[in-house]
Amino acid sequence: MPEVEQRALDTCSQQGASYADVRVVRREDESISVKSGRVEAVSLGESEGLGVRVLVDGAWGFASSSVLNTREADRVASEAVRIARASGTALRQPADLDDRAPARGHFATPVEEDPFALSLETKIGDLLAADERMRAVKGIAFTESLFHAQRERKSFAATDGSQTEQEITHVGAAIEVNAVEGDELQRRTYPDAGGGYQAAGYEYIRSLDLAGHAEALAEESVKLLRAPQCPSGRFTIILDPSQLYLQIHESCGHPTELDRVFGTEASYAGTSFLTTDRLDDGFMYGSELVDIVADATAPGGLGTFGWDDEGVEAQQVPLVKEGRFVGYLSSRETAPRIGRKSGGAMRADGWNRIPLIRMTNINLLPKPGKSLEEIVEDTDDGLYLASNRSWSIDDRRLNFQFATEVAYEIKGGKRGQLYKNPTYTGITYEFWRSCDAVGDERSYRMLGTPNCGKGEPGQLMHVGHAVSGARFRDVQVGVGKW
Amino acid sequence: MNLRYIQGKRIGVASTNRLDDEALRRLAESAARIASLQPELEDFTSLPEPGALPEVAGVFAEATASATPESRAEAVRAVISAADQAGVLGFGSYATNRERVTVVNSLGVRASEERTLAQVITVAMGPDGEAGYAEQAAVDHTRIDAAEIGREAAEKARRSRGATEIEPGDYPVVLEEYAVVDLLDMLGYLGFSALAVQENRSFFEPGKRVGSELVSIWDDATDPEGTPTSFDYEGVAKRRVTLVEEGLCREVVYDAHTAGKDGRQSTGHGLPAPNPYGPFPLNQFMGAGESTREELIGGLDRGLLVTRFHYTNPVHPKLAMVTGMTRDGVFLVEGGAISRPVRNLRFTQSYLDALAGVAAVNRQRKLLRGFLGSVVVPAVRIEAFTFTGATEH
Repeated sequence: MPEVEQRALDTCSQQGASYADVRVVRREDESISVKSGRVEAVSLGESEGLGVRVLVDGAWGFASSSVLNTREADRVASEAVRIARASGTALRQPADLDDRAPARGHFATPVEEDPFALSLETKIGDLLAADERMRAVKGIAFTESLFHAQRERKSFAATDGSQTEQEITHVGAAIEVNAVEGDELQRRTYPDAGGGYQAAGYEYIRSLDLAGHAEALAEESVKLLRAPQCPSGRFTIILDPSQLYLQIHESCGHPTELDRVFGTEASYAGTSFLTTDRLDDGFMYGSELVDIVADATAPGGLGTFGWDDEGVEAQQVPLVKEGRFVGYLSSRETAPRIGRKSGGAMRADGWNRIPLIRMTNINLLPKPGKSLEEIVEDTDDGLYLASNRSWSIDDRRLNFQFATEVAYEIKGGKRGQLYKNPTYTGITYEFWRSCDAVGDERSYRMLGTPNCGKGEPGQLMHVGHAVSGARFRDVQVGVGKW
Repeated sequence: MNLRYIQGKRIGVASTNRLDDEALRRLAESAARIASLQPELEDFTSLPEPGALPEVAGVFAEATASATPESRAEAVRAVISAADQAGVLGFGSYATNRERVTVVNSLGVRASEERTLAQVITVAMGPDGEAGYAEQAAVDHTRIDAAEIGREAAEKARRSRGATEIEPGDYPVVLEEYAVVDLLDMLGYLGFSALAVQENRSFFEPGKRVGSELVSIWDDATDPEGTPTSFDYEGVAKRRVTLVEEGLCREVVYDAHTAGKDGRQSTGHGLPAPNPYGPFPLNQFMGAGESTREELIGGLDRGLLVTRFHYTNPVHPKLAMVTGMTRDGVFLVEGGAISRPVRNLRFTQSYLDALAGVAAVNRQRKLLRGFLGSVVVPAVRIEAFTFTGATEH
């Protein structure tokens, strides 16, 4: 074990900690943004430091530093212990961790083409090529495209003998085009509004074929300016993967975070309607077609790793099985409170934040039978909604409202009329219970978001969502006064 | 450390949190390499030139800088104690922050300042999930009354007990300060930035009416009533900018780049590079009115008193159409008096229409945290607010 980490753990133990862990994290970031034909920004970033988490008499303390030497390790460890003792004066429920074998090993994201080794000219050129095709379409106001790569090397060690090393690489890219006329601003994005992200190398960015999608995307944004307003009423809707992933994120991912259920997020993002009595009662979260799993082993996911940030091995945890609520995202502290073992979902944003329960890859499993296009063909009358434009959900994750960039009317199994400014709203479990078709493997793809916010002080996390698209019946569409 | 390296009109940006010689050398080399690969940024004029910085009082408080884990825990215990006394549970955080920001550039800008901020926020919850909220921010943490914040949230939760359904629809509302924060934050994000105007994605047009005559909004980082600072992240002196005056759009905020495009001077609202969002008003104020809190509520024949908003997001940016939820205390007001707590509602509402409907403004204001900076806001009464859905609590 490196000397700095050993020193931090020894100091914690000497000062009375019953448990301590230390993470040393080195993070590199590279981002490129292109705006309306010119390179707006290229930036490189690096950040490194250590974070020490300690348990003293059942209370947590955490401290961190960007200085990596043994003297600073002593200081940070002592500060973490002091914070734990101060926290203990307001403690109501002492933390008690589940048992697990010490974690040991190495994990690295499989990468074919190292995004950091590839020349900047190549990456900039790929964005500019897509940008040029978007701007060639008449009526475009402004365009944006982005590339982002992040590599995190982190070592973890704990007083129970755990020691792991991980190297995790994420890449993402997006193109966006905007048409403006009067008060109307219509945006289209590809592959989705937040960008297509995966745990992979630059081969993933090539697979997106940004330039190949640019022209059609731009033409659609211009068409949207003159498209009729999306109608209001109760509709059958089909959600494209570019919208469905965020629906899962907000309405299943967050409410299954067990720390949230116990109130530790109450003063910020809220609590959850999925209380523990609903786990015991076998609450029907959705229709029997709905199988949702938290899978930290899924290839390419932003939530894929070897071990979480308290040394629990990556695993697959069913959250919803055949529609029934069956599990939570959990930690070593929270899982025992419901008689379970940690599901391995503790993750920290870099070295200077304490791990929290976070999503891994929250995936809606595909259903054999119909592709997404075949589901469209099977729909007489409805709307096809794609690419998120805005999102909002209440503090218990029940009442949600989403807007998408585009809606297409479905008549007799065919996509037709384009509509602008679509919105839909509902109550989470009613919505998922109305799901009557889920696409099969042919449209199943891994998406994700690099900016899932949680905690005070705030943390951003990269989380994954694999989806294939799905159909929902009797959904309220068109909200507000237009 | 964040470095902008400029070669003619080519710009490279790199950052590191390592301050050793090797890391700094690599930082400069990286930024230079990036700049050399860039095409020229045609509308880039210059980094800011040095200028006099205003003397700003109240930026730093030693008491906050030297706050300890034990003093923060003491404040937390005060909040919990207030919750205990009211028979509810208390959740929340107490944070103290100390930072030094230094900006230098090769044209001679030299700016450095140490800043502090303390903040307590709490949600109190009763046995049936009824909730109340309170928060306080201050540069000097000894000015924070954690016990009082705890009592305010606990009392709100107690009064929220037994909330019943109410039909969504159009209601006149009184928005407490915690809700008004979101109006200013969202409008700052959507429209008060010069970049948003230059890209034609803002509602802002000089002279356009966006609020009633009771609505005046400005950004002023030099006012000690807020969280003052004397310069922005480009080292430019902070200037007061009138955003909305008696309901009419006046000015937007600039950084060096957007100012250069418009042939103006930066107003001192630059964020760290690279910054795709453009300049941002980090210290917004809304003008106080003449009404007491009782008069605000007393003016509702049948309407809603809203504590705060939750998870708001723009549905239509140019119209400033926003959706979100109410949270932590909503009350039906009938005949000018609170009649009963009601369950939370979803709204889908143009914030510009909301400003246009402001009929009364509280004479007192609160300093509260915002999306990025801080805001100083009063409670307001608005003639109509559109609620489009309901939830179960």
